[in-house]
Order: sequence, then structure tokens, then C-alpha cells
Amino acid sequence: MNPALTTGKYLAIAGYVGFAMFPLFWLLKIAVTPDKLVFTEGTALWPSAMTLDNFRRVLTQTDFLSYFTNSLIVSLSTAAVTTMIAAAAGYAFSRFHFRGKPVIIAVMLVTQMFPLLMIIAPIYSIIAKLGLLNSLSSLIIVYTAFNIPFATFLMQSFFDGIPGDLEEAAMIDGCSRFQALRKVIFPLTLPGLGATLGFVFTAAWSELLFALMLISSNDTMTFPVGLLTFVSKFSVDWGQMMAAGVMALVPSCLFFLFIQRYLVQGLTSGAVKG
Amino acid sequence: MSRKAPGEIRARRSFYWRYVLEPYFYLAPAILLIAGVMVVPLVIGISYSFQSVRLLRPGGGFVGLENYLDLWSDRKFWIALENTFVWTIGSISFQFLLGLGLALLLNTRFHGKRLIQSLVFLPWAVPTFLSALAWAWLFNPTIGPLPHWLTAMGILGEPQNILGDPELAIWGPIVANIWFGIPFFAITLLAALQSIPAELYEAAEIDGASPWQRFTKITLPFLAPMIAITVMLRTIWIANFADLIFVMTGGGPANSTQILSTYIFTTAFKKLDFGYASAIAVALLILLLIYAAILLVLRRRLVKI
Repeated sequence: MNPALTTGKYLAIAGYVGFAMFPLFWLLKIAVTPDKLVFTEGTALWPSAMTLDNFRRVLTQTDFLSYFTNSLIVSLSTAAVTTMIAAAAGYAFSRFHFRGKPVIIAVMLVTQMFPLLMIIAPIYSIIAKLGLLNSLSSLIIVYTAFNIPFATFLMQSFFDGIPGDLEEAAMIDGCSRFQALRKVIFPLTLPGLGATLGFVFTAAWSELLFALMLISSNDTMTFPVGLLTFVSKFSVDWGQMMAAGVMALVPSCLFFLFIQRYLVQGLTSGAVKG
Repeated sequence: MSRKAPGEIRARRSFYWRYVLEPYFYLAPAILLIAGVMVVPLVIGISYSFQSVRLLRPGGGFVGLENYLDLWSDRKFWIALENTFVWTIGSISFQFLLGLGLALLLNTRFHGKRLIQSLVFLPWAVPTFLSALAWAWLFNPTIGPLPHWLTAMGILGEPQNILGDPELAIWGPIVANIWFGIPFFAITLLAALQSIPAELYEAAEIDGASPWQRFTKITLPFLAPMIAITVMLRTIWIANFADLIFVMTGGGPANSTQILSTYIFTTAFKKLDFGYASAIAVALLILLLIYAAILLVLRRRLVKI
């Protein structure tokens, strides 16, 4: 290839990387800037001194640890429950032809299209009537339902990649379907289960608006709600806010690293290598 | 019945189990949850739009079309409608073009591609509230560099916060949304690119096709179905996407960034006026249905030709 084009290509790649990383870099930069330098060196690319004070103070002097724990409970439970339910549903879609299947698939697709905010008021009323406002379980139920359609289609695509002959062979050899599932299919779907867990966890970890609506007590606030409340109350302590932000990034990034190898190949082709 | 052989009954029972009941056994939890948490509230939500449901003012009941009549004469609604178009079109066009560019780049060979790929896809994994806060801080002249850079480039007269300027504020969330949405397009388009048979390009090269010709005659036609479906779905998703704007500007200043979905949320969350919020939501739903219908008609027209 001619050198001008190659240079152009690398410049373009550098541009994309710069654009993608810059906001995250800036979060980290302000988080490690000592308080007294925030305003004088606020717009410098790197502070002349570094500190981890902000992180220490966020962990010891604020409620962020409790927000973090709440978010972890909600996201992990949502991911686990959703993946189990979606695996069962995806298995049914992948292996059976039955009356009503097109209708159910259509309803699931529609739930992905209509404005979810449409049901925020009715859900608030229902949850209030059940006496579940300010409880983490209400969030888990709501998030699980929201994520089931997508997770089901994802799991279906993973099951589609495993030949049905495998479990039929096991069943002919005397396994019940359940045994065939447990001994033959389950080990093969592990990567798919992992990817689904990751997607649902990330979605639940970042959900903000329903959590704002359903949670108002400080004890049960999830991370997004807690951080936003913190921002609107004490919007001057930049260092602490950004340190909290950096910590909120960690779980998402970990899951991202874990699932990213499935992103391109796995998601669209539905192919699983056994 | 009693004359039937036991085996036949068992066979029939297992037939029912196998073909009628068993799939529903696996689907039951999913169906129950979706029905209870999404379908039933959706119906209730539509019925709310014909009622007066205000938590701060008990009482109410059915009011017919009153919410919709109020909506018709609500200036904020029309501003929000206009902003929804600016927000959606501004976001989707840049997300798509930059996402396509990134996918094309990632489909070539270069050093350190795996690392680069995870870095450029990372914004997709950043929680939306955090993306919103990070960008709001970048636009803040006290701690963010963007106002200073924009001033140095001559785009801004002085280093001010564009989120506070009614003329420019909507571009703050749009930039954040572009940042957040590029990976989605890049991922889906890259997958489509990788499924194009390499022989096609080799044959075209032998026949002397220029790179531009190869792009327009092979790549684009192959990508077209994927582009159509992702752009359509993403448009609906962005029109519904309220988080970024809610966190960055809250719809302000002076409603200059209020879109329909943030208007729904602020009406429900801050004013606790569920009837009116539901009416706005129904209006948004109707708009999206019209959009989907237009697309389907267009598609049929195009396919005929």
C-alpha cells in the first residue's frame, strides 16, 4: 500500500483511540489530582503531583461503599436469574416448534422497541402497592424482566450453534432430557452463559432512571443513584466524584474484557466453538 | 378409552408433553415475568393517559381526552418534539458514519489490532450515567479542557460551558451519545464485513476494479441489509434514550435539550403527574409506530424495484 495511505490509516486509528479514551483518561486524571491543584491545573493534561487521597476519602467518608455493595447485589442477582430464565427460554426457542412460538417471539421483539419509560409510572404504582419501594428486590425483578428478551435471543443463538444430534444421541443412550442437558449441553454452553451474564450485568449496573424512581432511601441506593445524588448535593468536590466514577468503571471494564472476544464473532453469527 | 392399549395412551401423553407442553414448561418463567412487568404495566400506562393520576393530588379518575388536549396546547411538548428530531438525527448520522469508518479500519490488518479493538470498543461498556457525567465535566470550563480548546479553535468566543447555552446545549449530549454509540455500529458492521467472501475482492482486483469501486460495488451492497436493520433499530433506541440528557442538562437550559423521553421522565419523576406523563409516552409510541410503518412501506417499494 502506498505510504501516504498507510500513514492516514494509522492517524485515523489514533484518532479513534484518542476519542474513545479521552473522557476516561480525564476522569482518572482529576481523580488523582490533589485538591489544591484541581483549579489551578484543572485543564493541564497531567497534574504536577499525584495523590490517592480522593479514593481513600470516598471509601472511608462517604456512603459509596454501601452504594457499591447494593449495585453489586442487584446486578449479580439480576444477571444470575436472567441468565437461568433466558437459557430455559432460549433452549425452548432453539429446539422446539410449537403453536404460539411466533406470537411469543413477536411480543419479545416489541418489548425491545417501545419506550420503556412508558411503564415507569405504572411500575411505580404496582411496586408501591406491593410495598416494595426502596427495596433491592423490586429492582432485581424489574431489571430481570427488562433483560429477558435480549438474553433469550442471545442464548437461543448459542443453542442454535450446538447440534441437536448431541442430546438426541445422549437420550437414545438412556439419558433423560434433563440429564442430557446437564451432562452434554451445559458444558458446551458455558461460554454463551458467560457472555449472557456479562451483558445483563453491565445493563443492570448502569441502569439509572428506574432506580431513581423506585429508590429514595439512602440505604438502598444503587451506585448510579447515589453518585447522582452526591453530584447534585456536593457538586464541588470534583476529586471525590471522579474517584467514585473511576471505581464504578471497574466492574464494567472487567466484564467487558471478559465478553469482548464474543462481541464480533459470537453475537451475530451465533457460532460457538465447543 | 379403556379399549386402547396402554402403550397408545402413553404415546399420546408423551406426544402432548413433547410437542405442546414441554416448550411452555421452559418458557413459563420468561413469559410470566414479561407479562407481569412489561405487558400489564403497558396496558395500565395507556389507561393512565385517559385518567388524572397525580400522586400529589389524590382523587382523579377518568378524564377522557383531557391529557391529550393539554398536550396539544403545551408549548414544551412541541419544543421537545422538535428537539427529539435534532437529537436523534444528529446522534445516529454521526454514530453510523464514524462507526462504519471504524469497522472498515478494523477489517484491515495492522499491528496491535486486538488491543486497539478493545480500547475503541470500551465506551460501549461504560455505564451511561458515567459517560454523561464524564462529558458534562469535560464541557465544564473549571475542570474540563473542551471549552478552552474550542475557544482556541475559534468555535467559541470565550471558554464557556456550552451546556448552559440554549443555542448549543443539545450538542453536548449529542457528542456524548456519538462517543457512546460508535462501538455499537462498529461491532455490528465489522461482523457483517467479515462475512463478505474474500474471493469477491480478489476477483474484482484481478478485473482491475479501483478500491473505491470495490467499496461501492461489493462492500456497500453486502452491508446494506445490516445497515438498514441497525439504523432502524438504533433510531428507535436513541429516540427513547433519556439517560444522557437527563444527567447532563436535565432538559435545560430553558427546555433547549428537552426531548420527549426526558419530558416523560421529568413529568413522572419530579411532578409525579402519571396521567400526563403517560399521555406524552403514548404520543412518543405513536410517532415511533408511524416511523416503523413508513420504513416498512419504503422497504416494500424498494424491494419491488
